[in-house]
Amino acid sequence: MSTSRSMATLARLDGVSRRFGDTLALDDVSLDIRSGEILGLLGPNGAGKSTMLTLLQGRRRPSSGKVELFGGDPTDARSRAELGSTPQETALPDTLRVGEVVDLVAAHFPARVSTAELADEFGFADLLRRQCGALSGGQKRRIAVALAFVGRPSLVLLDEPTTGLDVDARHGLWAAIRRHRAAGTTVVVTSHYLEEIEALAERVVVVDHGRVLVDDTLDAVRSRVDSAIVSLRTDRTAEVAALPGVVRAVGNGLDQAEKTSDDGGAATEASTNMADSGRLNLTVADSDAFVRALVASTLPFERLTVRGASLEEAFLALTLAERTTS
Amino acid sequence: MTDLVPGSNSFATSNSPTTTLAPLRTVPAFGLYAAHVRALLTETVRIPIAIIGSMVFPAMSLLFFVVPNRAIADDPVAATQAVISLSVFAVMVSALFNLGLTIAENREKPWDPYLRSLPLPATVRIGAQLTATSALSFAAIVPVLLVGWIATAAEVSPLGLVLGLVVLALTNVPFLLLGVSIGYAFPAKAAIAVIQVGMFGFAFAGGLFFPPQFFPDWLDAISRVIPARHARDLVISAVEGTTPDVWMLLGTISWTIGVAALAVWLYRRDEGHRFR
Repeated sequence: MSTSRSMATLARLDGVSRRFGDTLALDDVSLDIRSGEILGLLGPNGAGKSTMLTLLQGRRRPSSGKVELFGGDPTDARSRAELGSTPQETALPDTLRVGEVVDLVAAHFPARVSTAELADEFGFADLLRRQCGALSGGQKRRIAVALAFVGRPSLVLLDEPTTGLDVDARHGLWAAIRRHRAAGTTVVVTSHYLEEIEALAERVVVVDHGRVLVDDTLDAVRSRVDSAIVSLRTDRTAEVAALPGVVRAVGNGLDQAEKTSDDGGAATEASTNMADSGRLNLTVADSDAFVRALVASTLPFERLTVRGASLEEAFLALTLAERTTS
Repeated sequence: MTDLVPGSNSFATSNSPTTTLAPLRTVPAFGLYAAHVRALLTETVRIPIAIIGSMVFPAMSLLFFVVPNRAIADDPVAATQAVISLSVFAVMVSALFNLGLTIAENREKPWDPYLRSLPLPATVRIGAQLTATSALSFAAIVPVLLVGWIATAAEVSPLGLVLGLVVLALTNVPFLLLGVSIGYAFPAKAAIAVIQVGMFGFAFAGGLFFPPQFFPDWLDAISRVIPARHARDLVISAVEGTTPDVWMLLGTISWTIGVAALAVWLYRRDEGHRFR
């Protein structure tokens, strides 16, 4: 693949685990962040995305494994000289004016962007004299993202950058992020919105339960996440579930389809609650191909419906596929 | 089915040697320190009520406990020592409260964790917090000096005043660092309790409320390892122009070094406060 050509590795997690009390937030994660890419970290809330970022920022230490930033330890301030990050929008100190906050953050970097230039680019020139406590959530969000770029960093970590923004503001921010990418900045962006990752990322890492499930190009991940749910009734559930293209099957009298789910959870619950004998819900990658295969197989079926899988279902399918092969 | 087989491993972590890029450029520490001092002072000055408490309490103590007691208030030596004791108390309370509580509260807000993601050395951030709080601490002794000057027989030469203020600033450093340590060691509500117990313990045992000349021997022995006692006696020496005892100097220097190490260790260990 073209993205695997040699590029400098700016940061690295190597066999990193992190516990918070009894919770294992990251479980043996290894990841290289290479220069010149926009890397999307995609996963549901609580998947471990933010923990990965706080480790790279040197705000936390791993319980085991090694974290490297620009060849050094991220807890050493010097290693963070070319790192840009975004505060939570609730973080900006209420009493300071916007311009004062920009200047304070910029003071940490030798080649800062001027306040006026940054404000123009991110559209808050009219807010520089306002105290942060007087800003709306969306205004704070835009300023918080802008702060990540004030020091002309070579690596930027953006944690849920457009959460709570309206559509215009979101597209404006995406455009700004792409401009910096084009100027050579490497960007890591976390999101639980597939749309946001699709709009920005070239390489996608899917994270869930503290593990990296997938690490691939956007197109490859999209084709896998972009699955459909086919629902039908049949009295030959096992044979239908065994058709090519089925990632996950849930239904009555279908024990073998549960083999992929080692913790049972939702799948078992769904099958026991299924009063309607012979009803099958199949997660498939390509619903057209599956329907053709189903018809060609001459297996009996009725009441067929097809709908797009939600992101949750797509993640679940990815998790199961991952477990089956490992 | 091939589509669905996960993880073409073309992105697996390589075992190539650690990337070492061109040396990273950093900014001079002094400019960064000045920027942080300015921001901290600006934040406090915009909500001045926050520092009123630490400014009023020591002056009220002087007004209600010393001024009505004419045996002390009318005696120049005793009155001067009382004013000095309460000045030490004022800067100590300000250092412990303003730093300890502010830091503990800030750790529970998201701005402080963000600052930790910037190329900001621990010593610069702590140094800026010490400086900003010192400036506010010295505002706290102005009312004490005014009450002492107007309502008691306390007296001081111009040189004594200048020396006294310099020594007061230096002997306040252990309290500032103790404030930093408390801030990074405890959540805000626990910090309040620790600060209150600590500041009254230090004030009584250090002879700030009752002169140590009246202490029994055992209490005097304890008092001589309390930093408030070192601060009080050293400032009195500076104001009166006498030679300080070696134990006072050794005491305050030991406390400064010990608490500085503790503060830096606690800062580095800190990962923000987490609720479980």
